[in-house]
Amino acid sequence: MAALDRLSVQSFAPGVVPERAMISASGVQKRFGGPTGLLALESVSLDIAEGEFVSLLGPSGCGKSTFLRCLAGLEKPTAGELLLDDKPINGPPEKLGIAFQRDALLDWFSVLENVLLPADFGGYGRKAYEPRARELLAMVGLKDFADVYPSALSGGMRQRAAICRSLLLEPRLLLMDEPFGALDALTRDQLNVDLHHLWQRQRMTVGFVTHSISEAVFLSTRIVVFSARPGKVAEDIRVDLPDDRKLALRDTPDFIRYAHHIRGLFEKMGLIHD
Amino acid sequence: MQTNTLKRFGIPLLGALAFLLLWELATDIGAVRPIILPSPSSIFRELASEPAWFAEQAVFTVGVALLGFGLAVIVGVVFAIAIVEWPLLDRLLFPLFIALNSVPKVAIAPLFIIWFGTGAEPKIAIAALIAVFAIVIDTALGLHSVPPDQLDLAKVLRGSRLKVLLRIKMYCALPHMFAGFKVALSLSLVGAIVGEFVSSQKGLGFAILTAQGSFDTPRVFAAIFILSLLGVALIGALDVIERMALPWHASQRKATGH
Repeated sequence: MAALDRLSVQSFAPGVVPERAMISASGVQKRFGGPTGLLALESVSLDIAEGEFVSLLGPSGCGKSTFLRCLAGLEKPTAGELLLDDKPINGPPEKLGIAFQRDALLDWFSVLENVLLPADFGGYGRKAYEPRARELLAMVGLKDFADVYPSALSGGMRQRAAICRSLLLEPRLLLMDEPFGALDALTRDQLNVDLHHLWQRQRMTVGFVTHSISEAVFLSTRIVVFSARPGKVAEDIRVDLPDDRKLALRDTPDFIRYAHHIRGLFEKMGLIHD
Repeated sequence: MQTNTLKRFGIPLLGALAFLLLWELATDIGAVRPIILPSPSSIFRELASEPAWFAEQAVFTVGVALLGFGLAVIVGVVFAIAIVEWPLLDRLLFPLFIALNSVPKVAIAPLFIIWFGTGAEPKIAIAALIAVFAIVIDTALGLHSVPPDQLDLAKVLRGSRLKVLLRIKMYCALPHMFAGFKVALSLSLVGAIVGEFVSSQKGLGFAILTAQGSFDTPRVFAAIFILSLLGVALIGALDVIERMALPWHASQRKATGH
């Protein structure tokens, strides 16, 4: 039971983090459609330190995606404060990496051109980033697909290309909104491993929205569990698992204890039951 | 491959031949008077009697239709981009545009003769006017059809409005635009003929009008026959251009089996 004890000790109150915060949210609220509209986020307070892999985990419609979109500067909180490097987030930050559930690849450009899109749109020069784009594609096994149209790729390959695109500018912050939600289970496992390797190499800060418990435990250094709408933080869990994770980790007692603990939270919320 | 080609061209050709044969037989046995409906053979004889003259008329009409179409493409696409990119312009101008379009263009044709004289210009203007509506509607629809994820992506990547327009919106719009172009191209041919009906010394519309004056039904049919061939050829050419302009689209259709 040592691991569980450790787990409960290291569950910490929102807003308290050991390192300097890169992202700092306090009382973030988001209401859609005017003062009487839908309350998507009630009051979210949490700090994220540089280099953390934070999963935002919760049921559908709990506001986890809305919170991610606020971080990306795509939505503005209706109340509260949201800081990135101590500055309020007004619109998308520079060199932000982003990936969506649908890959959002542009069908009319080759895979390579898609991966280079952030350099083109940000005005950093496509030529300068082409070697990095090819390197990223090689890292996820798409070396030979640089010059084909995305329509020639499978769903998993498309999402890999989209992840390469999100990493092109070597972002300090990578935001992913259920990037593997539309993939089959096997492809999803593989992409979890691939993403873990990419994160190990680059050590960027990641905000990862998912509703898969095992995906969250496998990838994260920390899991923020959201309660059902209106969203707020139900529990903030530090995942203390080995740094170099293999798929077999999911069969270890430590892993299962984390998963079990989170499932217990969802049972307590009444979201799942036997 | 061979059976495919046969299916694609052979069967429609067979249908057309059977139709012509029935028509020929009906006129030969005297069921229909030649002044009402001349036989196909007499129509072809008419065409063969003065091929150079018919070709000259056809070139004029096609020239007018294509210039009108080209003008409509330029004006229509620019207008659609303007109203999509600046919603104020949309509110300001679009109702006016709808109102103008609801005026029957044939009614405006005589006015254009007063404005532009009796040369090719008024006919080009009428062709363009009839064609432009479909282009504006379909281009605007296409520019609005960008998936929300791609717009979010563009925002996060901090792309300029021009880059978002040129790299994303225009490509999204292209398939819609070509659908509009096809309608517009057929309509520009109608516009050219309408213009020639009102006042002309040249073109297939002029040929039909003068032949009608002397009850030369075979000549009327000959001109109509050329017009229908032109319509098919122009749309076919546009299909080829579309496939070349949208290679990703063509390959996608092949991949999904359409």
